[in-house]
Amino acid sequence: MSDGRPIRVLLAKPGLDGHDRGVRLVLRALRDAGMEVIYTGLRATPEQIVKAAIDEDVEAIGLSSLSGAHQTHFARIASLLAEKEMSDVLLFCGGIIPQDDAAALKRAGFQGIFAPGTPLEEIVSFLRARLRPALHEGKKR
Amino acid sequence: MSPERDTDRSTNSPFAAPPAPAKWETAVWRPFVSEHPERRPRFSTPAGIELPPTFAARGDETGPGEFPFTRGIYPSMYRGRLWTMRQYAGFAAPRDSNERFRYLLAQGQNGLSVAFDLPTQIGYDADDPEAAGEVGRVGVSISTLDHLDELFHEIPLDRVSISMTINATAPILYAMLLALAKRRGLVPAALRGTIQNDILKEFIARGTQRYPVLPSLRLAIDVIEYAVRATPNFNPISVSGYHIREAGATAIEELAFTLADGIAYLEQCRSRALDLAAIGRRISFFFNAHNYLFEEVAKFRAARRLWAEICRERFGLEDPEACRLRFHTQTAGSTLTAQEPSNNVVRVAMQALAAVLGGTQSLHANGADEALSLPTASSAKLALRTQQILADETGVADVADPLGGCPYVEHLTDRLGAEASRLIREIDARGGMVAAIESGFVRRRIEASAYEAQRAIEEGIRPQVGVERGGTIPEAPFRVDPSVEAERRASLGAHRARRDERAAAARIAALEEQARRGGNLVAPLVAAFEAGATLGEASRAFAGVFGEYQDV
Repeated sequence: MSDGRPIRVLLAKPGLDGHDRGVRLVLRALRDAGMEVIYTGLRATPEQIVKAAIDEDVEAIGLSSLSGAHQTHFARIASLLAEKEMSDVLLFCGGIIPQDDAAALKRAGFQGIFAPGTPLEEIVSFLRARLRPALHEGKKR
Repeated sequence: MSPERDTDRSTNSPFAAPPAPAKWETAVWRPFVSEHPERRPRFSTPAGIELPPTFAARGDETGPGEFPFTRGIYPSMYRGRLWTMRQYAGFAAPRDSNERFRYLLAQGQNGLSVAFDLPTQIGYDADDPEAAGEVGRVGVSISTLDHLDELFHEIPLDRVSISMTINATAPILYAMLLALAKRRGLVPAALRGTIQNDILKEFIARGTQRYPVLPSLRLAIDVIEYAVRATPNFNPISVSGYHIREAGATAIEELAFTLADGIAYLEQCRSRALDLAAIGRRISFFFNAHNYLFEEVAKFRAARRLWAEICRERFGLEDPEACRLRFHTQTAGSTLTAQEPSNNVVRVAMQALAAVLGGTQSLHANGADEALSLPTASSAKLALRTQQILADETGVADVADPLGGCPYVEHLTDRLGAEASRLIREIDARGGMVAAIESGFVRRRIEASAYEAQRAIEEGIRPQVGVERGGTIPEAPFRVDPSVEAERRASLGAHRARRDERAAAARIAALEEQARRGGNLVAPLVAAFEAGATLGEASRAFAGVFGEYQDV
């Protein structure tokens, strides 16, 4: 799709982790970049996250975890999306994700994995390049 | 004045430091050191220059150990006793954490600080479906009194002070500790240490709250009420700015929001007609030591001054000891970088130095690998060694408030104090801290500051050394064995099979009744854990009465 409508993104924190500085920074940066962003708040279950993605009709889901629970929850969310035939939703994530796990998450369908300290612009560019490639190329020029 | 000092200041240089005020020396310092001898009979530099206990700051300034304690809470500060080196640790099963604790104690650490996993912090047993994927990850998993007993195996609770980072479930862990002391034949008064028990900052910045704000406050005050009588050597709260700063607050916001939380707790205690003078002596604080060295030192000095004034002016506390701000410090985790993690050793050392120059009572220095994973045993040891090098090699502990009188630091102290006071007045105008939290004011301020800080990094105004776009991030050096979750579930299953099910259920019912009726909840919690009830069962009973917090 190359229309000019805003990118719709769901940001979510699965598991019990309360570190939300990162996800809230991303939330603000994406909104400042003109995207429509829905945030689940803390302690969302995989089922709640997938339901929110359907209800809100988002094009991308960003997950955040700094507690190590990504191993359990992130893959579960990817497989729930596959069950609902929503594998076209762009998945990305951030937090403290060891390199080994990052490789496994890539295989599970996560196309962007961002460590703490990633420049916000990098995440904005990533979403634009994947979801609005024509416009993104135009902006680059 | 001591004769040595006269000879040492024999130069007539106009730049010679002014001596400590003679009145302070005779009226404050001497009587104190005659009861609490200093570490050495004399302090001098390696070149042989004699060091007085402190230097005068300004004509009108008080000395260390004098209200409002800008210059430190004790007259001799670290010349009397060094700060407590207390490294935050805990992961996986109780025996894994016990092993790390005993390792740290063997390396010369003198207090313990327990990290609990998220299910324990929020009130889910290890076998609860809500705990899936989180058991033992960021701290130790504790669901029963037996687990706590294993955690402190062969650690004498009357000799090693225990600090516990626990908030929503603070009354539960406090009650378990009381039950454990009793099991080991100790009187409650023998317990020393601190329970964080600061639920307000969970709503602001840390995110482990379980119940709505008001019942959460009730639980926190229950611990304070019980502890000031039963465990007089135990700090029943550690009002924490650390996490507020980590969430992105500035030094001014860290100061203001922390002290405003402190005000809210004292107001709650007053409304229960508790003894504020006794509580003032036991309330403790917890601050962050961030990168900007002189601002951090000034922040600690300003915190003491502001809190002392708050205690006297708002709460009418006359006893200076009840107005002393005692605090723990941790270096700033959010400043550590995943790229080139060895650079973090230097950041941690500088931040730890700021805490010591600011007069902290205890300190945790972060492990260099904490942007990647929990610290390995060797990086935890290096962090402890960082503290020991500061204490034993650098000499920064040999004069109280060594930067007092430095115009730069005094200026920052005044300005931070004035700006934080202004923000506290704004919170007053918004109906106090509880209202300011519930309206989202506090979170919005912190988020705006976090965004500014991130922009400053990205625009190169405050660059991070050794970090580049797309740079290499090393593999996580420490991993919690994922099999721990199944093992903890099995341990809990065996516990449930072993206990007298009816006795445990009866105690939980009594606890729930007390929660509904009102009245302090610590004693019924102790009885419940002695009967084999679990952390999750007690938390669920509370949730049934208080409701569950919903994040937005």
